[in-house]
Amino acid sequence: MTQTTSRISASNPATGIFGRFLRATEIDTRLLGMVGALVAIWVGFHIYGIVANGSGVFLTPRNLWNLSVQTASIGIMACGMVLVIITRHIDLSVGSLLGFAAMVMGITQVWVLPQWLGLGHPAIWIIASIVGMSVGASIGAFHGWLVAYRGIPAFIVTLGGLLVWRGAAFLLARGETISPVDANFALIGGGPYGSIGATGSWIVGLAACSGIVWLLVQGRKQRLKFDFPLRPMWAEYTLGVLGCGLVIGSVLLVNAYPWPRGIVNQYAAAQGIEVPEGGLFISHGFAIPVLVLAVVGIGMTFLMTRTRFGRYVLAIGGNPDAAELAGIDTRWMTVKIFALMGFLTGLSAVVASARLNSATNSLGQLDELYVIAAAVIGGTSLAGGVGTIYGAIIGALVMQSLKTGMVLIGFDAAMQDIVVGIVLVLAVYVDKLYRSRAK
Amino acid sequence: MLDSQKPRTPLVEMRDISIAFGGIKAVDHVTVDLYPGEVVGLLGHNGAGKSTLIKCLSGAYQADSGDIWISGEKAEIHNPRDARKYNIETIYQTLALADNLDAASNLFLGRELVTSAGLVDDARMEAETRKIMGRLNPNFRKFNVPVSALSGGQRQSVAIARAVYFDARILIMDEPTAALGPHETQMVAELIQELKAQGLGIFLIEHDIHNVMKLCDRASVMKNGQLVGTVNVDEVTDEDILGMIILGKKPERSA
Repeated sequence: MTQTTSRISASNPATGIFGRFLRATEIDTRLLGMVGALVAIWVGFHIYGIVANGSGVFLTPRNLWNLSVQTASIGIMACGMVLVIITRHIDLSVGSLLGFAAMVMGITQVWVLPQWLGLGHPAIWIIASIVGMSVGASIGAFHGWLVAYRGIPAFIVTLGGLLVWRGAAFLLARGETISPVDANFALIGGGPYGSIGATGSWIVGLAACSGIVWLLVQGRKQRLKFDFPLRPMWAEYTLGVLGCGLVIGSVLLVNAYPWPRGIVNQYAAAQGIEVPEGGLFISHGFAIPVLVLAVVGIGMTFLMTRTRFGRYVLAIGGNPDAAELAGIDTRWMTVKIFALMGFLTGLSAVVASARLNSATNSLGQLDELYVIAAAVIGGTSLAGGVGTIYGAIIGALVMQSLKTGMVLIGFDAAMQDIVVGIVLVLAVYVDKLYRSRAK
Repeated sequence: MLDSQKPRTPLVEMRDISIAFGGIKAVDHVTVDLYPGEVVGLLGHNGAGKSTLIKCLSGAYQADSGDIWISGEKAEIHNPRDARKYNIETIYQTLALADNLDAASNLFLGRELVTSAGLVDDARMEAETRKIMGRLNPNFRKFNVPVSALSGGQRQSVAIARAVYFDARILIMDEPTAALGPHETQMVAELIQELKAQGLGIFLIEHDIHNVMKLCDRASVMKNGQLVGTVNVDEVTDEDILGMIILGKKPERSA
């Protein structure tokens, strides 16, 4: 073992201190590349703002907080899209399905439930959300059934779905916009009240830090138990410090963004608090949709790496015939994967319509492109078998950063579409180059 | 061989199996059997129906007609999972590996070891894989890379390990040495002898007459989907078998 490693490092001139660092910490270069691209986009837009408009607004707590909220909806769906693409399928219907699910939830919570429960009943948001996610999951399962048991290519099934569900969303309320949604429901979309504040954010942050440390300790224990090669101690510490640093950094960031004055005054009046001379500094803290995305991300990562389901998803993507011969019911798996995609689309519809405080039949238009782009930029291979959840979330962040940045520097919608289109094609090309070099 | 055969029930009997694809009879009323501790070679040209016949046993295909009997009882094999329940393991010609997964994930694919909480236990699977690979192919080191990064021989040993690990009673090997060098071929030959001694029954699909003469007890020859005949290997010459494969003629003196 030692002999082979030393030979590899000797024969590879590109591995200096940096290469050693990467190998020891087991951080993959791809992740690093994505983070690098993200930082470049952020700094680039910020500097462009300074040069062109005299003030950089990108790297401010306010913008980054908004960015995190805007990423949530795409990010949640991208987590599901990873599984769909890994198994060599595609889902073009997520944007329309999001609109349809949002419409169903809007009708449920504004037109139907208040008649039964009374306006503002605390159960309304729960029932509406469950209805939306069930609708999403059922339609997803139906798509999956058509693909798996009726042999219609996913591209066609979901292209049909793209039209069908957008049309259905329109028909449901004859094109009306349903607004406002239930007050509790709206909190899931973020905003000052839909955030958990400074103390809450610290609690979440510290919990995340202890989670990171626990994972590192647990991983090391496991490797020791089976006598597998260990990471050097300094690498473990570096990983821990990096992870916790990132978490604490984001807590500080979201806590540095205060509520706007109007909301503060309104809140103070309602609570009977005296607002002092210089105003009251109330932190936003993490927005609820961001926490939803975090939970989805952790849950889906767990699903993909620790459960049989995740293992089978990868196996089907790597070699569908082998998976079938290994006794995996690949058709039933396909139904489950599409149902999960639909469920996450429903959840995303909750976040998106709550953020907008209304349900419109155009909600989620073109989302399918952003979601697919997020997954692909995040390293999900269209050839199947390869992809990670964290990659897709970073991919979603990259897409949203581009979008936000272009808005901030005043690109019009046409220009934005052109850039997004080019980035998508470029991302697939870079992925192809990366993979052919890795071989 | 002969005296031990008569009183025992065969491990596998495939009776009168037929399967057609779009009007072409890939397998046409073929009957073969296999006894414990025996290696039966399946021979024939490409397209003679050997692989198709054997896929009915491994559950990849379903026969249109005919029965499969395992240890004297009628077996219902509708899919690969059913076959595994009867301890039938298959090493496919294509190896059937998921290239993006590592050796351990492939070895346990569909039969993952899980923790008490029902989660995949990667560490234990890797440890088990290291153990069995240490026995089958001691030079194997690449446990943490996708199998796409392995050589042909290494991939083959993963596929073999998968078949051997789960206490197979019936082993199907579809050209196991096709991609191997002479040294690795020798290793597979030794493995077959060892498994045979443990009482497994092995169906061996093989093109190399040399290997057939060396490894098999009996040989069943197929041509155009039909069974030409089954012979005891030590009672015929390689010319006889070649005659069966090429001309579809059964030698007169054989059983």
